[in-house]
Amino acid sequence: MPVLEILDLQKSFRSPDGEQIPVIHVASFKLNEKEQVAMEGSSGSGKTTFLNLIAGILQADSGQISVAGKRMTGQPEAVRDSIRAAHIGYVFQTFNLLQGYTALENVALGMMFGRGVDYDYARELLQRVGLKDRMDYLPRQLSVGQQQRVAVARALAGKPTLVLADEPTGNLDFRNAKEALDLIRGVCKESNAALLLVSHDREVLAQFEKVENLSTLNSAAAQEARR
Amino acid sequence: MRGLFLIVSRSLKQHALSTFVTVLSVALASGLVMAVFAVKTQTHDAFTGSSVGFDAVLGARGSQLQLVLNTIFHLETSPGNIPWSMYQAVKADPRVELAVPYAVGDNYHGFRIVGTTDELFTKFEYQTGKKFQPRTGGRLFKTELREAVIGSFVAQKTGLQEGDIFNPYHGLNFDEKMKHAEEYVVAGVLEPTNSPSDRVIWIPIEGIFRMGGHVLRGSGKEYTAQAGIEIPDDFKEVSAVMLKFKSQTAGMQLNQDINKQGTVATLAWPIEMTMLSLFDKIGWVEQILALVAYLVVLVSAGSILASIYNTMNERRREFAILRALGARRTTVFSAIVAEAAAIAMLGSIGGFVVYAIVMGTAGAVIRAQTGVVLELMQFHPVLIAAPLGMIAVGALAGIVPALKAYSTDVATNLAPAS
Repeated sequence: MPVLEILDLQKSFRSPDGEQIPVIHVASFKLNEKEQVAMEGSSGSGKTTFLNLIAGILQADSGQISVAGKRMTGQPEAVRDSIRAAHIGYVFQTFNLLQGYTALENVALGMMFGRGVDYDYARELLQRVGLKDRMDYLPRQLSVGQQQRVAVARALAGKPTLVLADEPTGNLDFRNAKEALDLIRGVCKESNAALLLVSHDREVLAQFEKVENLSTLNSAAAQEARR
Repeated sequence: MRGLFLIVSRSLKQHALSTFVTVLSVALASGLVMAVFAVKTQTHDAFTGSSVGFDAVLGARGSQLQLVLNTIFHLETSPGNIPWSMYQAVKADPRVELAVPYAVGDNYHGFRIVGTTDELFTKFEYQTGKKFQPRTGGRLFKTELREAVIGSFVAQKTGLQEGDIFNPYHGLNFDEKMKHAEEYVVAGVLEPTNSPSDRVIWIPIEGIFRMGGHVLRGSGKEYTAQAGIEIPDDFKEVSAVMLKFKSQTAGMQLNQDINKQGTVATLAWPIEMTMLSLFDKIGWVEQILALVAYLVVLVSAGSILASIYNTMNERRREFAILRALGARRTTVFSAIVAEAAAIAMLGSIGGFVVYAIVMGTAGAVIRAQTGVVLELMQFHPVLIAAPLGMIAVGALAGIVPALKAYSTDVATNLAPAS
């Protein structure tokens, strides 16, 4: 059974002059269990919108998205929140760690709204990403690479079946980017979570066996609108 | 629940300064409300007779309130004197259980000197089962000697101790030029009673009659006491007589006899009703105090609202991240309401410190002025209602910023669109 299944997904935004601009029109997309796929797309191609639709943060205009067999589209927001909390881990380009919280607490937040907080598992995750000695550090006390590791640990804290990564190496130098990518892929593999990673970085994309192009997936109308 | 606690505690820590200031304002509000109501209730109880000990006061024709304030609370001036014969008549009345004379006119450094009989100490109970008792090392005055028994507050403030000698001063207000020549010895210092009597110096009533410069007019003619010569009862007079009745009916009958049919005296009965009339007259003061306290509550609620609302812009990203991690809108809403309630709760705890300070300060002033002692630890429903009410008000104040957090758009605030 696919972890992620998308059928005829459409999303448009209203421009300031009132015109509807189609951004996403994906006829079909699937991601199987434990599968790791990179999504290619130029800047402004709608990659983040695509991930936000999958995560249920944005509501689709039409079409279907199913995550772990649960229908995300057409559901009330509270239901989408529950599905996201239970099945999806999200790694952001800007890490999005909460500044007032320690590394351990940031990871705990990743499980707080789903399965419930398990500090032992949060510690285990931080240990796996090499931050055993930094658990009580605040984000500002960590290096950029260490912050990304916390973000990865947090994304996996809820034991998700699907991890979405939005340009996770975009803010990192080459060495840190490679380490972060290896970490995300490795931890997802260990956790049996499928990974959908979007990036426009050729070197990142080259690491994946399967690379999809969002522009190719998008219909002509959406592509035209993006131009 | 654990999640909410983490979110709330971290936010309070992150905004420690504004949290501290807001907690202070809530503490002030909660403490003031508690103090206003506690002071009001305790002063009402103290002044409306629940622990006065006497049922009525008999005195010169005039204001019942003045009579009670002068005789029971040792405030105000005496409305005039009544002849000794009236004291003897009421004392002999079979409906009267106890009649204690009260003669006033002198002071020692502002503390009034009252002439009375030893029945005040041997028979009178200021509270059920409690009599005025000299502390260890002291005793009651001997009626034939120039001796005094002083209240505990007098001893504390003047430094007078057993065996000390002092000269009374004429009048109720201290004027060093009005010093009497007579010297009195302190026979005993009374144990504290936490009542107005702690501020009184008691001497034998004969001492008042014989004080230099005092003129007796009990018979209508002036008489000055001479040393070694007994004073005829006809000339004696007293400021008032404190009465305890054998029954309620006695009070009603004497009220009829003295107040409605008589013309020369006034019976202040029942004392608590007389004092209630005072509180009725000054009730507006209490209402203003309560209003001020409620206004402070409103201001503190506003400060909770403002302190949280002002952080909303900087916290939009935080809410978006929490939402992206799976938090529902209602979770974010609840976190803000809980944060407001937590500030109010911390303030309410601090309110007990403010309450203690206000009660301590007000208590010291009230004790110095009236002898009435406020009990800090005495239970009052407001001590529960005010903190709980403050938490509820705080939570309500949190609704406005919570609605803003509730409406935070995740996608817009999470990260720039690619």
